[in-house]
Amino acid sequence: MNCEITNKPINPQDLIDKVVRREAGAITTFIGTVREWTKGKKTVYLVYEAYEAMAVKKLNQIVREVTEKWPGAEMTITHRVGRLDITDIAVVIAVSTPHRKDAYEANSYAIERIKEIVPIWKKEHWENGEEWVGNQLETVRYPTGQPEGSNLDD
Amino acid sequence: MINILLFAGLKERIGRDTVEWAEAGLTVSELKKRFAEMYGLEDLIATAMTAVNEEFEEEGYILKPGDKVAFIPPVSGG
Repeated sequence: MNCEITNKPINPQDLIDKVVRREAGAITTFIGTVREWTKGKKTVYLVYEAYEAMAVKKLNQIVREVTEKWPGAEMTITHRVGRLDITDIAVVIAVSTPHRKDAYEANSYAIERIKEIVPIWKKEHWENGEEWVGNQLETVRYPTGQPEGSNLDD
Repeated sequence: MINILLFAGLKERIGRDTVEWAEAGLTVSELKKRFAEMYGLEDLIATAMTAVNEEFEEEGYILKPGDKVAFIPPVSGG
């Protein structure tokens, strides 16, 4: 519900406030932050870019998928774009459910789906260079134009 | 006219975020091939998914005038 892309700092409490309700017995939040070290390389800062209109649609699609898989769940997601420094919050997912197990599972599902279908890109700025992640290492290829076996649209 | 939107490495490589393409009636696959050849982007287009009007489409989708095409490099949000 009402997922957002923003170029401003994200306050996790704002997302919690959107999903809290009398029927819920649990809320889980996932807070994705900017890591300094990746496989021995030091990140100085990151820049996130989004195809905003489509990214919002895809985030809302993930929320719909969650409410189908975990009836009674309510979720919201906000992802930040622009320049982010080390420890800044890049993404927050908040989900409320009647029971705690569903809240953990639904939250984990949502972050994995973000990494599959939401058009957002991260550019790493290292001490001695820069690189669009997922793009130039050519570790990911889509010979059919789409990830195999992945439900991209509903 | 088809509007092509570019992001991330694709945008940086050619230094612009939109390209207007005159031919309609091409499949997504044909457009990718011709576009990549024209701008020397074969390596990046090879790994890109394609969205038409903000939804992912398959390689065989036939493009209509006014379609908004986005080439989506492997995503890295989160």
